[in-house]
Amino acid sequence: MNPYNYLYVASLLFTIGAVGVVVRRNAIVVFMCVELMLNAANLTLVTFARINGTLDGQVVAFFTMVVAACEVVVGLAIIVTIYRSRRSASVDDASLLKR
Amino acid sequence: MLTIQTPEAVMFWVLAPVAVLASLGMLLVKKAVHSALLLAWVMITLAIFYIAQDALFLGIVQIVVYTGAVMMLFLFILMLVGVDASDSLTETIPGLRPIAITAAVGFGGLLVSLIGRATLGHGAVGLETANGPGNVQALAQLLFSTYVWPFEVVSALLITAALGAMVLAHHQRTVARPTQREQAIARFRGASLGSAAGLPNPGVFARHNAVDVPALLPDGSAAPNSISATLKARGDMLESAQFELGEVDNTVTEEK
Repeated sequence: MNPYNYLYVASLLFTIGAVGVVVRRNAIVVFMCVELMLNAANLTLVTFARINGTLDGQVVAFFTMVVAACEVVVGLAIIVTIYRSRRSASVDDASLLKR
Repeated sequence: MLTIQTPEAVMFWVLAPVAVLASLGMLLVKKAVHSALLLAWVMITLAIFYIAQDALFLGIVQIVVYTGAVMMLFLFILMLVGVDASDSLTETIPGLRPIAITAAVGFGGLLVSLIGRATLGHGAVGLETANGPGNVQALAQLLFSTYVWPFEVVSALLITAALGAMVLAHHQRTVARPTQREQAIARFRGASLGSAAGLPNPGVFARHNAVDVPALLPDGSAAPNSISATLKARGDMLESAQFELGEVDNTVTEEK
């Protein structure tokens, strides 16, 4: 086994997350799929840090985690705000701009 | 030169398929809570991967921040929002699912074949030298020298996100909350007096008084608004017809 196998896992997880973003309707599940994609990217960064023998990838992965935490906080606040005004967490219901 | 020991290979071949299956299950299960639990499992698996790949600090941070804080936040919001129709797996845009799966297979195939063909020009180095003084010490060395400016920017981002969440979640009433007196007046002067005495409790007049059995109105029809909206949205409401009383014999026989 070589460390590139981790990259295959990361690409599979990223793809599955992307499908989830497109297919699911519940805004919270869509958000969790975005988190999955971010995690897959982090696994890629950590693996490349190991392959290249430098720690820069791990530092960037650390920054990604911080940004993801910010994103979760703001995103969930938006979902709660939308739910409060429309009583629905479905991404298909928030379509006022279309009409 | 990096050589991967057998225990790591065994760990990888056990955990990697489980992680991929769990993330697939995330897409396929109906309830959002189950999705969240599967995602938590994927994140723990990734933390183990990080620790196995000499990223001890990131592995611990992954468990503390992701499976601890972020997933807790997700479950909290799920509890707040509750269960509604958006959990259903029916596709609202016709033909979306086949297109999404085709695109995903294409994209995944592209990524996998790219990783299979590309080379870096050198073998895997490993982190023994970079982690010389210890993973945390080496990371701190980088973070507070080369990456000190991004580090400061990220701290500003964290503060902004906290403020933004507070602003978004803050709720100011535009109309005053109705008082008990106003509610009582609205109940009696409304369109019908049907609910003037309050809504019926679940199971009233039926032969079963569980919370998922609708009450029966005096004419024998079911009253769906006697059931909690959450149970209705989950589809856990029972038919009350099966609990109706049968024919009531009300003939009077004279006793001698």
